[in-house]
Amino acid sequence: MQSDLLEVTSRTDDSSAAVEPLLQIEDLSIGFDAKSGDTLAVLRNVNLSVHAGDAIGLVGESGSGKSTLALALMGYLKRGLRVLNGATWFDENNLFALTRQQLEPIRGGRIALIPQNSGQSLTPSQRIGVQLEEALQLHTALKPGQYQDRIVELLAQVRLPDPGKLVARYPHELSGGQQQRVAIAMALAGDPEVLLLDEPTTGLDVTTQAHILTLLREISQQSDMAMVYVSHDLGAIAQVCNQVAVMYAGEIMLQGDVKQVLREPLHPYARGLLASIPRLRSEALPQALDGRPPAPGEVSNECSFADRCVLADTACRSQRPELMSLPSGERVRCHYHHRADAIPVTVESIQGARKEVASLTPVVSLDNLGITYHRSGLLKQLLGLEDQNTPTVQAITLALQSGETLGLVGESGSGKSTILKSVAGLLPPFEGQMLWRDNERLPETIKQRSSKQLRKIQIIFQNPDESLNPRQTIGEILAQPLKLYFGLSGQELERRSIELLERVRLGSHYISRYPAQLSGGEKQRVAIARAFAAEPDLVLCDEVTSALDVSVQAAVLHLLDDLKRESKTTYIFVSHDLAVVRSLSDRVAVLYQGRLCEFGPAAAVYATPSHPYTEVLLDAVLEPDPDSKPLLMTDDVVELSPPAAGCPFQRRCPQSLGQQCNRETPPWHELDGGHFIRCHLDISKNRRGMSKLPTVELP
Amino acid sequence: MKTVLRDLLSRPSGAIGLFLVVFHLVLALVSPLIAPHDYRELSALSALQPPGADHWFGNDHLGRDTFSRTLLGGREALLVTGIATPLAVIWGGFLGIFFGLVGGRLDDVLMRVVDAFLSLPWILKMLVLIVTFGTGAGVLIPALAFFYGIPVIRVARAATHDVVARDFVEAARARGHSSMSIIWRELFPNVRDALLVEGAMRWSWMLLAFSSLSFLGFGVSPPTPDWGLMIADARGYMSFAPWGVLAPVIALSSLIIGINLTADALAKALGIDRVQKAPI
Amino acid sequence: MLGLLIRRLALGIVTILLVSVIIFAGVEILPGDACTAFLEREAQGKLLENCRSDLGLNRSATERYFDWASAAIQGDFGVSAGSKKSIATLVGDRLKNTLLLAVCAMAAGIPLALMLGIVSGLWRDKPADLVISTLTIFAMTIPEFVTATLLILVFSVWLGWVPGIVLTSANAPVSEFFPEILLPMTVLALVMIAHILRTVRSSVIETLSSDYAQMATLKGVPYWRMVFRHVLPNALLPTINVIALTIAWLLGGVVVIETVFNYPGLGRMMIDSISDRDLPVTQAIALIISSVYVCVNLLADLLSLVANPRLRTAQLQ
Repeated sequence: MQSDLLEVTSRTDDSSAAVEPLLQIEDLSIGFDAKSGDTLAVLRNVNLSVHAGDAIGLVGESGSGKSTLALALMGYLKRGLRVLNGATWFDENNLFALTRQQLEPIRGGRIALIPQNSGQSLTPSQRIGVQLEEALQLHTALKPGQYQDRIVELLAQVRLPDPGKLVARYPHELSGGQQQRVAIAMALAGDPEVLLLDEPTTGLDVTTQAHILTLLREISQQSDMAMVYVSHDLGAIAQVCNQVAVMYAGEIMLQGDVKQVLREPLHPYARGLLASIPRLRSEALPQALDGRPPAPGEVSNECSFADRCVLADTACRSQRPELMSLPSGERVRCHYHHRADAIPVTVESIQGARKEVASLTPVVSLDNLGITYHRSGLLKQLLGLEDQNTPTVQAITLALQSGETLGLVGESGSGKSTILKSVAGLLPPFEGQMLWRDNERLPETIKQRSSKQLRKIQIIFQNPDESLNPRQTIGEILAQPLKLYFGLSGQELERRSIELLERVRLGSHYISRYPAQLSGGEKQRVAIARAFAAEPDLVLCDEVTSALDVSVQAAVLHLLDDLKRESKTTYIFVSHDLAVVRSLSDRVAVLYQGRLCEFGPAAAVYATPSHPYTEVLLDAVLEPDPDSKPLLMTDDVVELSPPAAGCPFQRRCPQSLGQQCNRETPPWHELDGGHFIRCHLDISKNRRGMSKLPTVELP
Repeated sequence: MKTVLRDLLSRPSGAIGLFLVVFHLVLALVSPLIAPHDYRELSALSALQPPGADHWFGNDHLGRDTFSRTLLGGREALLVTGIATPLAVIWGGFLGIFFGLVGGRLDDVLMRVVDAFLSLPWILKMLVLIVTFGTGAGVLIPALAFFYGIPVIRVARAATHDVVARDFVEAARARGHSSMSIIWRELFPNVRDALLVEGAMRWSWMLLAFSSLSFLGFGVSPPTPDWGLMIADARGYMSFAPWGVLAPVIALSSLIIGINLTADALAKALGIDRVQKAPI
Repeated sequence: MLGLLIRRLALGIVTILLVSVIIFAGVEILPGDACTAFLEREAQGKLLENCRSDLGLNRSATERYFDWASAAIQGDFGVSAGSKKSIATLVGDRLKNTLLLAVCAMAAGIPLALMLGIVSGLWRDKPADLVISTLTIFAMTIPEFVTATLLILVFSVWLGWVPGIVLTSANAPVSEFFPEILLPMTVLALVMIAHILRTVRSSVIETLSSDYAQMATLKGVPYWRMVFRHVLPNALLPTINVIALTIAWLLGGVVVIETVFNYPGLGRMMIDSISDRDLPVTQAIALIISSVYVCVNLLADLLSLVANPRLRTAQLQ
C-alpha cells in the first residue's frame, strides 16, 4: 500500500497550514469482498483534510467512489463494504474505531449530512416537525418548550414558505425542492462544524437547483462551517466551493483551488472532463472522452486513467503515480502533470462552430396538437360530467424540416416527452393533427399507421437499462427491427447487425452479449443502433444522454451528430439540459406546462432569449465557472397543472402584466427570421433595437 | 441456466432442497423395482408389528409392509401434481401476461373474478368436484390445474405490470410489433423467472392439497399406497404403533420442505427475492 | 377520501356478488341438482318431486338465484336437503365455534409472529434468525394434518398433557372448549405465525436498508430509537394486508384441522355436507366463508389507508 501521508502533513497551503484540520481522512482504502473471493477496492489510499471554513467539492463520475468517501467522512459504510486501510480522524478519534453510541453525538451534531435524495431520506411515517424536533432533541441543549420556535426559525432560514403549517405535513406532501430544504434545515439543526452534501441538487429542476445552491452558498459564507460537497456536476460545485478534489476510480486525482481546477487543471482526466461538458455559450459539440473508467479491482499497479489518457506511456501503465503536492498548492496524481496543459479544456479550441444546412422539405408537422393523460372515470362518463382538468399539452404547432435537429427544452412536467410519445403513436392526441411529408396524414395510433410510417419514425429513450430487454442479446435486440421491417434472416441478418454495431463504434463481438454486460454508454449506443436499423427519416430522442456520465454523454452526442450527417436524418431532441440542446440543435422550442413559449433558430434563442420563461431558464443554468453565478429571476415553485386560461407562465412570471396575462392566451410574435415568442409583453422594451412586432400566425 | 444452477447449489437451502426433490423423484421412478414386499400383501399375524429385520418400518393395521408402502406412497401424488403444475403455470401464466399487457376494463373484470375464486376455500372447490366426478387422476389433474392456475394469473399479471411500464416494451409497441410478438419476445422472458418460482410454490401447495384430500378420504382409494392415506390409517393406532405414522410423515414432509427450500433458493438465485440486495 | 372509501366498499360488494354467482352457477353446471345429489339412487318419481318442490327447484335458475341471494342477504339460507331444518340455525353454533378457534389462534399467533419477525429481521443472518427462519420453513410447509398428528402424538399420546380430540358438542358454551381447543389452536397458529413472520422479516430488512433508516443513523439517532420510530412504523404497515390474507386463509384451512380434532366447527360441517351431498348447506357455508374473506381483506385495505398517509395520497390522485 502506498501512502500519501507525508505530502498531506507537509502541505504548504498558506490558508490552512497552521491550523489543525477539523476532519482528516488518512490513507483510506475501502472495499468489498466479491463473490470470487477477491477483495475489491472502491476507494484507494485517499487523503483529505477538511479545515474550518473550507468548502471542498468532490467531483467525479459514477463509480468514482465519491459518495463512499462522503459517508466515510462520518465513519459510515454501506452494508457489504469494509475499511481495508487507513482512518477518518475527527477530534483525535478514528471514527471507524468508535462504537455506534460514541458516534451518535457526532453524527448529525458535529458532522451533518444532506443526503442525495431527500424524498427517500425523510422518514415517510413522520411529520416534518417531528423529524426536525428529533434533531434538536438529540443535538442541542434546547428545552422542549423552545423546539417549536427553533423549528420555525430553521424552516424560515432555508426559505420555506409558511413554516407553521409545514411542520404538520408528511414528506411525500412536499415537492422535491421543499424536501431538499427540509433536509438542509435538519442538517443545520445541530449547528454542525462540518456539513457533508451528497449530490444535494441532483434530480431537481434547473431553477430549483439554482435556488438551493444560492442558499447553500449563503449558508457557507455566513458561518465558518466546513462544507464537503459531493457532485458529478462541476457547475454546481463551482457555485459553492472554494476547493475541488477530482475523483476517478476510487482515487483523488487532483485537488486544488476551484479557479485553478476549473480553468487550467493539471491532470489529463480533469482536462478531459472539462472539455466534455457542453457549454451554453458554445455551439460546438463537447469533446468526447473515449473509453470507460476501470471497475473496482481492475487496476492495481498502474495509473487508473492510463487507458483513456493521451499522455500515457509505459511508465503510466507500470507504475501508479503518487499524489504529489505542487508548489502552487495543488495536489496531483499524474506522472506528466507538467505536460497536461497540452490538452485543451475548452471546446472552441477543438473544433469550429457546427454548420448545418437543412433542406426545406418538411418531414413532419404538428398542427395544434393537444394531449391529455386524464381519462375521465366510468362514474363521470355515466353522469355526463365534463372533465375539469386542463390538458397536459396544448396548441403545439411545429414543422420539422428534413435534416434538421429540433431541440425541445423545458423543466420536468413541461410535456416535452409527452409530445414525443404522441409523434411516435404511443399516446394519441385528443385534438389537432400530424402530417407526414407532403400532407400525408399521420394517423394517431400505431395500429392505424402503415408499416412504412412506423419504420420511418423511431424513438430512443432516456435510460438504456429500461429500453433494452435485459433478457435479449444485443444481436436479438438489433434483429427485431431488421426482421420486422426488412424481413432479414440468417447471414444477411447477422451481416447487417454487425454493420450497425460498427456504425455506432461497437465491435462485432458485442452481438452475443447481454445488456447487463455493457456499460451505460455502450448500452445507449445499442439503443441508437436499434433505432437506425429501421433506416428512419425521423428519430425522436427522449433525454438520451441524461442517464449518462458527462464524458460518455459527449461521445454519444458526437455519434448522434455523425449518424445524422451520414443518413440525413431529422431529430427531435428532448432534454432538460439547455447546454446539451444547444450543442446539437438547429432550432429550439421552449416549453412550459405543455405550451410553447418560444421557438426559433438555436443561435437566436440562446443569444437573445425573449420570453420571460426562457430568460429565467437560461439564467438559472450552472456553468462550470466559479465566476458565473445563476440569476434567480423567479421563485422555484413547482406547478402541478397548467392554469385554465391565459399564459402558462403567469403564476411565476417576473414581468407579469396581471389580468391580461391571466386571462388572455398570449399571441405569437415574430422577432426576426423565424424566431417567435408567445407573450403579451412589449418586446421592444425588453430588447434593444426592436420595434413593437405584429401578431403573426406561426407557419 | 448453468449459472443459476450453480448459484442454487452454492446455497445450503438450494443444495439440500434440490437433493430432496431429486431423491424423491428418483425414488418414485425406481420404487416398484426396489420395494422389498408387495404393497397389497395382507397378513393378520404381523399386523402393527414394530420395525424388524424383514419389515424395516414395521407393519400397518392390516399387516402390510410399511417400508414398501412408504417407498411407493408418493408416486400417485407426484404423478398428478407433476402434470397439473405445468398446466396451471401455463394457462395461468398466459392469461396473467395477456391481461397485464391489455389492461383496461376487461382486466378489471377478470381480476374481480379471480378474487371471487380465491375467496372460496380450496378444499371446498376440490371436494365439490371430487364428490360429483370421482377421485381418479382424470378428475384431479384438470381440477388442480384449473384452481391452482388462478393464483398464477395474479402473479403473472403483477410481474407483467412491472415489465409493461418499461421502455423496451414501449419501444416494441412503437415499432409496431403485434401483441403476441410482444408477449412472447419482450414480456415472457422477463416474467419467466417469477413464474418458475411461482410454479415451484404451486407444486408444493398442490402436493399439500393432494395429501390432505387423501388424508380426509377423498383422494387415492385403497389399497393404493399414499402418504396422506397412510397417515390417516395409522393415526388410530398411534399410541402403540407410532412408527406407522412417522414413516409417511417424514417422507411427505421431506418432499414438501425440499420443494420449498428449492423455491426459496431459486428466488434468491434469480434475484426475485426483494430482500436480497447487492452490497453497493 | 369518502369517494375512495365508497369505491373500495363497492369493489368488495361486487366481489361477494360474483362469488354468489359462482357458487350458484357451480351447483347448476354440475350434473344433477340438490335433490338428485342428496337422494342419489332413490332420486326418482314421487320422492324426487317432493324434494324438488320442498326446495323450490321447479322454477327457472335466474329466479331461484335471486330468491336465494336476496334471502341470504337477510340471513336466511333456506333449509337443509337432509334434515329439512333451517340452515341459519344449523350454521349458527358452528360459525361461533370456528370463530372461537380462529380468534384464539389469532390472539396467540399475531403478536408472536410480529415479535419473532422483528427479532429475525433485526438480527438478520445471526443465530436467532437462522433458528427462527428454519423453524418457519417447517411450520409453513408441513401439511396441517401432519403437524396436528405429530402434536397429538407428542402432547396427547406420549406426554398426556392435553386432550387430543374434541368431544364437546357443537352448542356447548365457550368455556367448555378449554383445554380441548389448545392443540387445534396451536396448529392453526403455527402456520399463521410462519406466514406473517416471513413477511415481517423481509419488510424489516428492507426498511432497515432504506435511505431513511440510513439517514436516521447518520443523524445520530440511537439504534433502538431508530428501530422503534423510523423503521418499525414503516415496516409493519405493509404487513396489515398479509395478516388479513392469513386470517382469510385460516378460515379455509380450518377445515382439515377441525376434521383431525373432531372440532364441531363450520369446516367440519362443510365436509359433512359435501359427503352427504347436502348442496344448500354447502352453498351457504361457501358464501359465509368467502364473505368473511372479502370483508377481512376490505378491512385491511381500509386500515392501511387510514394508517399510511402516503398510500392515501397516492390513491386519491
